[in-house]
Amino acid sequence: MTELRHRGPTEKDLLQQQQESESEVRTDGEAPSDSEIKPDPGVPPTVDDTPEVLSKALSGMSSRWKNWWVRGILTLAMISFFFIIIYLGPMVLMMIVSALRGQAKHNLKFRVSCFRDHHDSLPPILYHLPWFRTLSWYFLLCVNYFFYGETVTDYFSALVQREEPLRILSKYHRFISFTLYLTGFCMFVLSLVKKHYRLQFYMFGWTHVTLLIVVTQSHLIIHNLFEGMIWFIVPISCVICNDIMAYMFGFFFGRTPLIKLSPKKTWEGFIGGFFATVVFGLLLSYVMAGWRYFVCPVEFNNDSNRFEVDCEPSDLFQLQDYTLPSVLQSLIGWETVRIYPFQIHSVALSAFASLMGPFGGFFASGFKRAFKIKDFANTIPGHGGIMDRFDCQYLMATFVNVYIGSFIRGPNPSRVMQQLLALRLDQQLHIFNTLRAHLIEKGLLSAIEEAA
Amino acid sequence: MTELRNRGGGDRDAENISDKDTDGEDRFGLGGEGDRDSKPDTDTPEVQPSVDNTPKCLNKALAGMSSRWKNWWIRGILTLTMISGFFLIIYMGPLPLMLMVLAIQIKCFQEIITIGYRVYHSYELPWFRTLSWYFLLCVNYFFYGETVAENFGNLVQRDEPLQFLVRYHRFISFALYLSGFCMFVLSLVKKHYRLQFYMFAWTHVTLLIVVSQSHLVIQNLFEGLIWFIVPISTVICNDITAYICGFFFGRTPLIKLSPKKTWEGFIGGFFSTVVFGFIFAYLLAQYNYFVCPVEYSESNSFLINCEPSDLFVLQDYTLPSVLQTVLRWKTVKIYPFQIHSIALSTFASLIGPFGGFFASGFKRAFKIKDFADTIPGHGGIMDRFDCQYLVATFVHVYLTSFIRGPNPSKVLQQLLVLQPEQQLSIFNTLKSHLTETGMIPPAIRGP
Repeated sequence: MTELRHRGPTEKDLLQQQQESESEVRTDGEAPSDSEIKPDPGVPPTVDDTPEVLSKALSGMSSRWKNWWVRGILTLAMISFFFIIIYLGPMVLMMIVSALRGQAKHNLKFRVSCFRDHHDSLPPILYHLPWFRTLSWYFLLCVNYFFYGETVTDYFSALVQREEPLRILSKYHRFISFTLYLTGFCMFVLSLVKKHYRLQFYMFGWTHVTLLIVVTQSHLIIHNLFEGMIWFIVPISCVICNDIMAYMFGFFFGRTPLIKLSPKKTWEGFIGGFFATVVFGLLLSYVMAGWRYFVCPVEFNNDSNRFEVDCEPSDLFQLQDYTLPSVLQSLIGWETVRIYPFQIHSVALSAFASLMGPFGGFFASGFKRAFKIKDFANTIPGHGGIMDRFDCQYLMATFVNVYIGSFIRGPNPSRVMQQLLALRLDQQLHIFNTLRAHLIEKGLLSAIEEAA
Repeated sequence: MTELRNRGGGDRDAENISDKDTDGEDRFGLGGEGDRDSKPDTDTPEVQPSVDNTPKCLNKALAGMSSRWKNWWIRGILTLTMISGFFLIIYMGPLPLMLMVLAIQIKCFQEIITIGYRVYHSYELPWFRTLSWYFLLCVNYFFYGETVAENFGNLVQRDEPLQFLVRYHRFISFALYLSGFCMFVLSLVKKHYRLQFYMFAWTHVTLLIVVSQSHLVIQNLFEGLIWFIVPISTVICNDITAYICGFFFGRTPLIKLSPKKTWEGFIGGFFSTVVFGFIFAYLLAQYNYFVCPVEYSESNSFLINCEPSDLFVLQDYTLPSVLQTVLRWKTVKIYPFQIHSIALSTFASLIGPFGGFFASGFKRAFKIKDFADTIPGHGGIMDRFDCQYLVATFVHVYLTSFIRGPNPSKVLQQLLVLQPEQQLSIFNTLKSHLTETGMIPPAIRGP
């Protein structure tokens, strides 16, 4: 959300000027791409009309406040939309994430290619070589197929075992994915045209880096979601909160610039945002940890063929008493406090969101300056493209996933079972004996029963 | 080994044409590096002095011959040297092999990054070399850590600090990577944004291609040395036999990208490689040293000793009637592994060349003749390994899909980390499964 700060109090502040510049940029040979970007799967169609409606409503205010209001209203619209989707459930969330990913990749690629066309006066080679678009989308499809297949194999194992074609697809999944990728690779090599080698290699590299950044992140998000919707909602909310809080603190108290790359960011905003986000994270997790809907791992019920979110909450989500350190005791006057252990983890998540999240934003700013674009696209009025909104989320998803894997979750039991059954019988027997000894040690199995 | 064909003679026309045609692409704002690229040698550091001397000795020895044959002899002698070196290291054991793979990976990475520097003139920004090498270190740390955790289970269980490192391995690797990412962001300099982003992307794509492949090679190695040797040998054989067949029978060009390749060479190479792979697999499958998975024993050394699996036990196969009438044998005793070797050789012959075309296209795109000048007569290390790109991944995917099950010690590790209730439920399921299949006698087992 770097543009939130860039376009607040600047000279190019007038909403009309903004719209003019946007339309300028649009008409300079980029009309075809924009017309392709317009039909967004993830953004409701009414958003396009809003600026005019809002402009009429806000026509009386000064331009600075008008801009603020437009962005504020759209932010609220997006956040409400987000919560509605959460209410609708995991399945819808997954679809939205996929759609956004496709859109993000679309934006990224076309923006750069249009930039080249515009600024380098090159003939629009990319439109003459339709292979590139096909290939990029094909690679996106392959990587998605690979990741989704892994997810399905992990979490939908019972469903997979039932259906014969699914079982074959799942057993040879890596091989099939690799074959698909190879086909794309060979198509790329065969499509190399004499005069455009370098361009083609650039696009190849570009596609792969984009896939690496965008697609892996979105799959990690989906993995987090399966762990429990709270692991999906709290990180994203912390990042959004950090954006908003840092903006507000910077707006009211901002004085010392933070980094040359983004001149509008200030240390006051950064630090204020940090504390505000940590507090927000604590409160939000307290609210959410009480509901099973958010806390339970998402499971696929084989009988009803639906997602189920119902379980006994784990220890993380049970209220416990913690003795406050004496410093805080004297301050607040309480001796113990009842909180969820998860709230302690949420402090780590908020801290990461506040400290590292902005680096993702700086990265995107540097990227936009490097390629001299103002926004990734024009999808959301007042905010730019989808990527602009998600630039700070890059690293957050990976961090949450790594955090869960390292500190919270053990391996997935059904997956371990699958692997066990795939071993050779003598290996299974060996593991069986080791496990039996281990369980007897721990007292979970009585030795008498097993001494046969 | 595309250069083997490109520089045989008369390829200067191809080079000139590609120079002219790609002039139009200079308007990317990257400036005119066409001149500078014509002398790649001056920019690459670290050419080992001993390698430089060999051509002079050879030159003296071959002074009498015509240049075409001299070139052929130099390449031939160096090929033999490299192959002998390869077998020597195999003889020395798994650890030298791993080190060799690591060395090759680092050299390939360095060659590609150097090309990136030359193309983008980013020598003036010293952070990049540091950052590129730092990212290489991070990714290697991540991959080697996973390998150690999987295959060196014994060693890890013993050492307390190692256990800690293994348990939080992903977190530590991620933290290291993040530091690199933050250093990159902080190092962005006003006028050089685009350059810096190019190098960042270049580094990541190189890591993706080079480092992940080399780690898959090492994973294959742990499965059994034969899974390491046979694929690499079939690629080398395919290169050599395709060259020879093309040399003697070549007529129809194969692809515009490499004008020296011919269909005759391609098909001839395919059949020769399949036959070679078949015979080579037969030779190697007899020795436990090649066939057994590499294990790390408690005595701090690598153990390669086991009961060969069914793949490596001679079995009788009934020939189809067509072959029966031709060869007048009814059955033939071969290793099942030889059938797999046909699949590996086929892949090496059909798809391996695409890796070579990719590298050729890459060199033409950036107007370089070779990746580097490390091996006289052959170019850089990347030139030798360009066809191997996809073969390592293919072998790994093939292994996991068709041959190997999951690693038992890894499964055990995961089991022991689970919650006790989960362990109990798995225990019960396993017990019933084993009782069904008859591995455990169904004794008095109450509820």
